[in-house]
Amino acid sequence: MNLLHSLAIVIVAAVSTFLTRATPFILFGRTGKKVNSTILYLGRVLPAAVMATLLIYALKGVSFKALSSWVFDFGALLVTILVHLKWRNTLLSITLGTLLYMVLVQGPFW
Amino acid sequence: MIKKEAFILTLPVMMGYLVLGVAFGLLLQNEGYHWLWASGISLFVFAGSMQFVLVALLAQQAPLITVAVTTLLVNSRHLFYGLSFIERFKKMGKRGLYMVFALTDETYALLCARGAQADESLIFSIALLNQSYWVAGSTLGALVGSYLTFNLEGIEFAMTALFATIVVEQWLTKKSRLPALIGLFSAIVALLWLGSDKFLLPALVFSVAALLFMKRWEER
Repeated sequence: MNLLHSLAIVIVAAVSTFLTRATPFILFGRTGKKVNSTILYLGRVLPAAVMATLLIYALKGVSFKALSSWVFDFGALLVTILVHLKWRNTLLSITLGTLLYMVLVQGPFW
Repeated sequence: MIKKEAFILTLPVMMGYLVLGVAFGLLLQNEGYHWLWASGISLFVFAGSMQFVLVALLAQQAPLITVAVTTLLVNSRHLFYGLSFIERFKKMGKRGLYMVFALTDETYALLCARGAQADESLIFSIALLNQSYWVAGSTLGALVGSYLTFNLEGIEFAMTALFATIVVEQWLTKKSRLPALIGLFSAIVALLWLGSDKFLLPALVFSVAALLFMKRWEER
């Protein structure tokens, strides 16, 4: 391994990552320039669409070939959602869902 | 000053980031890198899934152009995240610049969940705490990861659960059900069509197109 090249790789990755995050600000964030209404509209409606997409992204590794895999994931997901609908307490929903998932995948009972 | 409220809000991210960070640190250390590399990368790159790809790129000593293109593609979803916060971060000066840098999936998610009520110091604290968990996890993983004995398998579900609660919250409290359905539909169609490796960006592009179409249709 070449340390100098490794360093260059890390720097390029850092700069590229920052660029993707900064692009909306570079394109639409100029001071004094009014942000156009389409961009404001997207800024308002996109979070809900993106969050739904990210939820699927988080579940993308679920395999439907092995029964246990998707039962664990969707079981824990269902519990998380139901607990959240009942108590509306984010930390409680996440803790219970995650503990259930850990018990299921680590399988101390089978 | 870090707010207590920010700490409570970021607890689920802490669980996810610590575990994933440890995994990243372990992998990098396995490639023969000093633990400082793990800390440094998490400090200056700060991109969850991209950093796992970066371990592979470092291992094969990939050409810089490959690194640049791969990073831009893997992180391309971030192109959309800033759109919701342009006015917000602009007002924050230097802190705003850090917010742009630190806008990961999870930080974005927490900021969206807080909506418009969150004040500047709260959202700054959220971003800073999230990165500190990530750096701590990475460093820990590179230093002692190979000695860990307790079984944390499955704890990464905390992040899935976090996304789920945010989707439920948005569904209950906001008039954003149609956008949520569009996002869900795009993601599932793209996932079935393109497979799990490359569906994210097309799904986001399709959501944006559908939402723009919706706006035009409403305005008629």
